[in-house]
Amino acid sequence: MTAPIPVLRLEGIVKTFPGVRALDGVSLSVMPGEVHALMGENGAGKSTLMKVLGGIHAPDTGQIFIAEEPTVMTSPQQAKAKGVVFIHQELSLADELSVAENIFLGELPLKSFGRVDWTKLYADTDAILKTLNVGFDAKTRVGDLSIANQQMVEIGRALTVNPRAVIFDEPTASLTDAEKVVLFKVIADLQTKGVGIIYISHRMEEIFKITDRISVLRDGQYRGTLTTADTSEDEVTQLMIGRSLDLSRNTSHHALGDVALEVRGLCCGKLFHDVSFALRKGEVLGFYGLVGAGRTEIAETLFGLRTPRAGQILLNGQEVKITSPIEAIRHGISLVPEDRKHQGLVLGMNCRDNMTLPQIDDLTAGPFVSDGAEVAIFDHYRDKLDIRTPGWHQTVGNLSGGNQQKIVIGKWLSMRPQVLIVDEPTRGIDVGSKAEIHNLIRDLGAQGYAVIVISSEMPEVLHVSDRIIAMFSGRVMREFTSEEVTEDNLVQAISGIEANKFVEGR
Amino acid sequence: MTTARYRDALKYGAIWVFILVELAFFSIAGEFMSTSDKAFMDFDNMLLLLKQSAPIGIIALGMTIIMINGNIDLSVGATYALAAIVLLDSMTWPALQAMGDWAIPVAWGLALLTGAVLGAINGLIVWKTGVDAFIVTLGSMLGYRGLVFMINGEQPTSHLNWTLVDFAEAQFLGLHTATWFLLITALALWLLMTRTVHGRNAYAIGNNREAAVNAGIRVGPHMVWNFVLIGFLAALSAVVFYSESGSVNPNDGMLFELWAITAVVLGGTKLTGGYGSILSTLGGVIAIQLLRKGLGHIGAATETVNLVIGLILIAVLLLDRQLNRKGQEELKI
Amino acid sequence: MAGLTKQGIGAILAKQGILIAFAIFMIGFALANQRFIAIDNISGVIRSSAILGVMALGVTFVVIGGNFDLSVGSMMSFSTIVVLDLHDKLGPALAIPAMFGLTLALGAFIGFLVGYMKLNSLIVTLGMLSAIHGLTLTWSGGKNMDIADKAGTWFSVFGQGRILGVPVPILIFLGLAVILGITLSKTPFGRKVYAVGGNGQAATFSGIPRARIVFLTYLMSSFCVAVAGLLQASRSLGSQNTVGQGMELEVLAAVVLGGASLMGGSGTIFKTVIGVLILGFIQNGLLLMGLAFYVQYVVTWAIIILAVWLDVAAKRGRLWSPTA
Repeated sequence: MTAPIPVLRLEGIVKTFPGVRALDGVSLSVMPGEVHALMGENGAGKSTLMKVLGGIHAPDTGQIFIAEEPTVMTSPQQAKAKGVVFIHQELSLADELSVAENIFLGELPLKSFGRVDWTKLYADTDAILKTLNVGFDAKTRVGDLSIANQQMVEIGRALTVNPRAVIFDEPTASLTDAEKVVLFKVIADLQTKGVGIIYISHRMEEIFKITDRISVLRDGQYRGTLTTADTSEDEVTQLMIGRSLDLSRNTSHHALGDVALEVRGLCCGKLFHDVSFALRKGEVLGFYGLVGAGRTEIAETLFGLRTPRAGQILLNGQEVKITSPIEAIRHGISLVPEDRKHQGLVLGMNCRDNMTLPQIDDLTAGPFVSDGAEVAIFDHYRDKLDIRTPGWHQTVGNLSGGNQQKIVIGKWLSMRPQVLIVDEPTRGIDVGSKAEIHNLIRDLGAQGYAVIVISSEMPEVLHVSDRIIAMFSGRVMREFTSEEVTEDNLVQAISGIEANKFVEGR
Repeated sequence: MTTARYRDALKYGAIWVFILVELAFFSIAGEFMSTSDKAFMDFDNMLLLLKQSAPIGIIALGMTIIMINGNIDLSVGATYALAAIVLLDSMTWPALQAMGDWAIPVAWGLALLTGAVLGAINGLIVWKTGVDAFIVTLGSMLGYRGLVFMINGEQPTSHLNWTLVDFAEAQFLGLHTATWFLLITALALWLLMTRTVHGRNAYAIGNNREAAVNAGIRVGPHMVWNFVLIGFLAALSAVVFYSESGSVNPNDGMLFELWAITAVVLGGTKLTGGYGSILSTLGGVIAIQLLRKGLGHIGAATETVNLVIGLILIAVLLLDRQLNRKGQEELKI
Repeated sequence: MAGLTKQGIGAILAKQGILIAFAIFMIGFALANQRFIAIDNISGVIRSSAILGVMALGVTFVVIGGNFDLSVGSMMSFSTIVVLDLHDKLGPALAIPAMFGLTLALGAFIGFLVGYMKLNSLIVTLGMLSAIHGLTLTWSGGKNMDIADKAGTWFSVFGQGRILGVPVPILIFLGLAVILGITLSKTPFGRKVYAVGGNGQAATFSGIPRARIVFLTYLMSSFCVAVAGLLQASRSLGSQNTVGQGMELEVLAAVVLGGASLMGGSGTIFKTVIGVLILGFIQNGLLLMGLAFYVQYVVTWAIIILAVWLDVAAKRGRLWSPTA
């Protein structure tokens, strides 16, 4: 009996771009039937490594081996022909086309005169869908599928060849728990067929649930490979950032002020129902729940972006009607939105202009914008939030995720809000900036701001909140103080176990 | 599945319903307002209508493919004029004169080749420079028109070939030559877009270009072929029309791009690409021609046609938006 | 090192490409023909560019706000015909405000559809191109419009007059350019136009009334069209129904040539003025060389594509598109 050889092996990969050493001697091997996690902060080199593997970038030095055979990758298609398949984080599907056309995108079977061989196409697709065990057929339009089912189509693409290695890039980013279970089963099936899997994710709990080994990159350098069973989250984090991240439970106590915001029986169609809560000055209120539980929609309603069907919103005891963001801002409500690039910032504008946008009407000298007043605000919050940028004229799109997020936070702090809502404050942000933003939110509470934090990351919610509201399927399931909350009762509350309901595919 | 079917039926079917409404309206209104005593839905009248739809129609069919592919072509009017000039001018060349009636297919071939080459130039520029098709064809709309004047001068060019005129005025199975060209083009393009790999890839590229690129579809060549096709079709349209009329003015074909785009949008094709249907565009073309004729029939001044078509285009957009609204829960952005 | 130099050149080209192209172009023509840079020639070019230029100023706002305006050509025909018609019916003093009112109403209608109803601006303004053309034809009954007493009206002052020796159209064009340039670059409104065009959703999330801003850009565009119509009518004191036909694309060409992105969020009034002047000087330079007007079309084609290509190439850092 011979020892199994790795399905895929990278040896000493170096890749430099002008001014940056993106990969500095990275090695990695994936055994048949193994799930191998690849971890690292944003910018650590994971995506560059995958681009080298997919033939998009040629490595400066180093070698790729498929089943120990040296191979030069030239394109994702060639990689696929060699059995190395990528499943991308951003779904890349043509949603107006059928499932079959998407699965065989770029490789539709041909008949004479350039015609599509529909019979073969549907037969081949049905065979693939059968192995995935999904509940839709080959002719379904992809745009009509749920996100999870679209992910299945994406996975189906990988199965048009007999893959040796499949690379999953953040596959669970937009999946519900129930949908994740299906995904993990597909991964397990691939494993039993001897396929090697590279699994890229930031989510520790998943990594520890499904992977066999974990390789870590930091600053383009290979930091080591750990056996999942023998390591801990802390050890992995240390490798990733060179120190551990403080995500201890929030235990600080300071005196709370009057009720700043009260919501009574707020409803908005199918999105959420009968939501009531109160928020005091100096309090950080966490909203925790799955994607689609209605948290973001509540925030958008409070910010005047959605019209509630019923219910009241009271600010400092006075009922208010908020029909637009302009009115929300006038009432002292600010929202740091979840989608920074599309909702938070005008990426082509400079740092200063982005920061002063909501109050530009007030920063005037005569009819003109006052440069001095603007720069003063920018300087103040740059120092206060430690925003690292060459200057206010820097285009925001060129900043790191963490600094971008600080610009958005600065924009709203400069409005001196009564209520600050922060939706997914650390999404897509490196671990270092994460800690800074957590501290910032804690400080805002201590300074007397009334803050709502919406997050899908449990440690984050536990770390920053004084009180936590658990949501499931558009309803408030339970409210916890920071003393009574445990990870177990929080998971129960948001997964609908208490409501005796199941998550349905969207 | 059902939602997609429902939406397709609504979007692609709406134009045919609109045509029926037009027919009913002009027939009834014509009873009271018409200056002539001929019925609107007179058979000959309808045949003529199809024939008159052909020049814009053939171009609009090509525009559908370009727009499904995610591009736009503003230069079709100029291409049309240039092809017309090549057609009529070439028949006066001594070499072609000597060929007798064989000059006709040669002249046709030269005109169609001209269109295809102009299309290829657009396509190659879009592909190789990465400049948006809107700007490239905006430029070539001016540039090709300049070529028209350079070749032709500022005076009209005329050349009547009676064999050609006879062919153009012929009727086969009751339909005029131009109508046959329109219908055959529609059928061919419909097969192209629904049955062939090129057609399906064109949809994929328009729908999600990045996905198409990731899947290894060669976006560039597909785009170039589609531009060649629309150039060819603009020339075909010219060939069909000028075979009969025999006289071309260097300003001919102006605003054709706008008419063609109007027909395509009326037919429900998405501006952003990836969604649309050849047959619905045919409906859009017929609807516009029906409107022109109908307004004339009920004695409205010809000037109002532009007004009505413009407003209908906008009304269609409004309707489309209302149908796609998600109701009260919608995010107000 | 070589890489750095390349990048440096790229960056300079990206920022000042249009000015450099303009300078090279001017020098080339000046060397070929001395008359080209004579004061009266330059003044003549600016004067004949004024109508196109005024329209381009308004469209710059629309384009920076992230939309198209293809209706300005037929709208200009409309305002020209209307003011000429009303001139004889109401007298010039009433005709001018009446024409401005009607033109602004058209702009407001488009602004309402694109801003508040959120319809696709390309199609809306395409539809309005056709609709306004129909409106103009209906108004005039399809006939040319002429002022009866051409010699005896003070109305000609806008198109033909001079103040301190400077033609009035130049004063109006440059004056409007300065005012609108300052509005765009120095006022809160201008900032909001950039924000709405750069990222409409983020602008909404920052409490900027996106619909109102878009509406106002169309209103400004129609105001500029009304001014252009006034200049046109006053210059010729008579007009065809189709006087502005095709100008929407020339205007767009000038704006794009100036470097405004059709995706919205970038561009300046100054650059648009440069774009307008380039188009004007090309036309003039070719005429001076004895070439027919249509050669200008071909040259403009080449220049538009080269200008945008260089801009795109500088942004992506390579000349040819990497698309397979």
